[in-house]
Amino acid sequence: MTQVPHSQEPPPDLLTSARPGRKSDHSPWNWLLLIPIVLPLLVPIYNRWTPKLFGFPFFFWFQIMFTLLAAAVTAFVFVKTKQRS
Amino acid sequence: MNVTEFTIVAVAFAAVSVLGFWAHRWRRSSDVSLEQWALAGRGFRSWISWFVIGGDLYTAYTYVAVPALLFGAGAIGFYALPYVAIEYPLVFLIMIRFWSVSKTHGYVTAADFVRGRFGSPTLALAIAITGIVATMPYIALNLLGMQAVLTTIGIHGYWPLVIAFAVLAAFTFTSGVRAPAMISFVKDALVYLVIGVAIFYIPHRLGGWNHIFNAYDAHFKATPPGTASLLTSANQLQYITLALGSAFAIFLYPHAITGVITTRNRAVVKRTMAALPIYSFVLGLIALFGVMAIAGNIKPLIGPTGKPDTNTVVPNLFQHMFGSGFAGLAFAMIIIGALVPAAFMSIAAANLFTRNIYKEYIRRDATDREQATTSKVVSLLVKVGALLFILLINPQFSIDLQLLGGAIILQTLPSVMIGLYTRWLHRGALLAGWAAGMIVSIWTFYLTPNVATHVAHWGGTGFALSHLGLHTGTALYIGFIAVLVNLAVAFGGTALLKALKVAEGTDHTAAGDYFTDVADTRAPEPAVTAGA
Repeated sequence: MTQVPHSQEPPPDLLTSARPGRKSDHSPWNWLLLIPIVLPLLVPIYNRWTPKLFGFPFFFWFQIMFTLLAAAVTAFVFVKTKQRS
Repeated sequence: MNVTEFTIVAVAFAAVSVLGFWAHRWRRSSDVSLEQWALAGRGFRSWISWFVIGGDLYTAYTYVAVPALLFGAGAIGFYALPYVAIEYPLVFLIMIRFWSVSKTHGYVTAADFVRGRFGSPTLALAIAITGIVATMPYIALNLLGMQAVLTTIGIHGYWPLVIAFAVLAAFTFTSGVRAPAMISFVKDALVYLVIGVAIFYIPHRLGGWNHIFNAYDAHFKATPPGTASLLTSANQLQYITLALGSAFAIFLYPHAITGVITTRNRAVVKRTMAALPIYSFVLGLIALFGVMAIAGNIKPLIGPTGKPDTNTVVPNLFQHMFGSGFAGLAFAMIIIGALVPAAFMSIAAANLFTRNIYKEYIRRDATDREQATTSKVVSLLVKVGALLFILLINPQFSIDLQLLGGAIILQTLPSVMIGLYTRWLHRGALLAGWAAGMIVSIWTFYLTPNVATHVAHWGGTGFALSHLGLHTGTALYIGFIAVLVNLAVAFGGTALLKALKVAEGTDHTAAGDYFTDVADTRAPEPAVTAGA
């Protein structure tokens, strides 16, 4: 088979590579994404009852904070890599 | 039956139904095509996408089942938190590549991509079938979420579900993805309102967080081992393999992929991924309703099958804590929360059928209009199927199948996610790895008993390594074990097939296709015309 029957090519003027010649997602900032991915997997860090926060055991409040960390880091990486993609 | 609650739910349902039918006029296009019906022309911008993908991923079942898990099993049930925290940073870079290659080639499903990348309709078929099989019980579970609410209101029998699904099927048929997209605004407004109030009011009624968590701790000190208020040495690995496996799995589900490719450009995908953890934060709060239910001494109600249904714990908590007016609003939130994902899922499953089975094997020259019609009809059949699942077969079967669904959808990871980065893997080895992963998923799931309900098989997703003769109490998520076997077969098989010089098929994608983008301007609508 040489042709993809599914394919439908949009008009070329709408499709751009933001920086011609530099077709890549690579950026050192992307490494920061590892923090919110790896931290929640390190159970021994947070599998504890104290210190409590507003009555929440550490196990609960600390893990809920991971969601905000994910938002912050992902947003930061987005802003830092904006020009490229 | 609580008339006030029922009235509020019925009015809210009627309102979103009108919205659903009206939605076909939203961002209207003259095209009759799959691009329009299933993807709304790939035109959703940042804020809309945040509502749409959030509405798509956080299901009614999540709202009732995650707290129910914490209520029943303690700390292990909180795995949903690390799962929803890591999923977006995890797929942030992966999904923009998927967006670009789909945009370039007009792919509608993950299986479309696999077909183009590896030149193998057979591998694409395996991916498509996996997607459909994993999605069907997921739709059924949204029905169970609705059923839990109806039970709590005091309505018995399945007739409201049948009516709700008939209306849902009708407006999805006419409006396509625009219907759940539009309704997701209502859904999310209700979620933020209800949760925002409940998270302060219920703890206030129950005597404060300190008291709530002490009651939770005391409760699990009195239960048999296996459930505990913190993780134990035996279930820590299960906790993180469940979280990691689920985080990869969610963006392999057809409805998640459909959600991602309805967006306008890469920046929208990235911006949405950065903002979606807000939903995860809210899910974390929702999970805590399970803890509150323990402190409030809430008991599960008897479901239509005659057994206690732990999914009723959250609705029952609302019932006890709030007056009928606010409880009605909370129930409307759960019901509408079921409609949006169910619509997305049925559209996504229908697309898999249309693109990778119908067009591939039944009518190769199906026009764009014909593909749209096929998907519309199949989306109806998918919903009927899910309804029959619940009505005719023990609901427990849907629950089991959905647990298995998470593990089997993960078996498409090497073809789809690794495939986005490298063409090194051989299509034959990918197919063999997929088959091995499927077998391991089913086999490990079969071997796992459920201690709480005294069921010997199909009892859970934590596979005890002692089955393999290892002297340890540790368990791992079945999907995680299966995908490791899958990867081993895929990589080993590739080395073998390459050495034997077996034909690798044609790669229809080019390196640059993975970085395609569309300008972020307001000006003309993306004029992607149906060419096929």
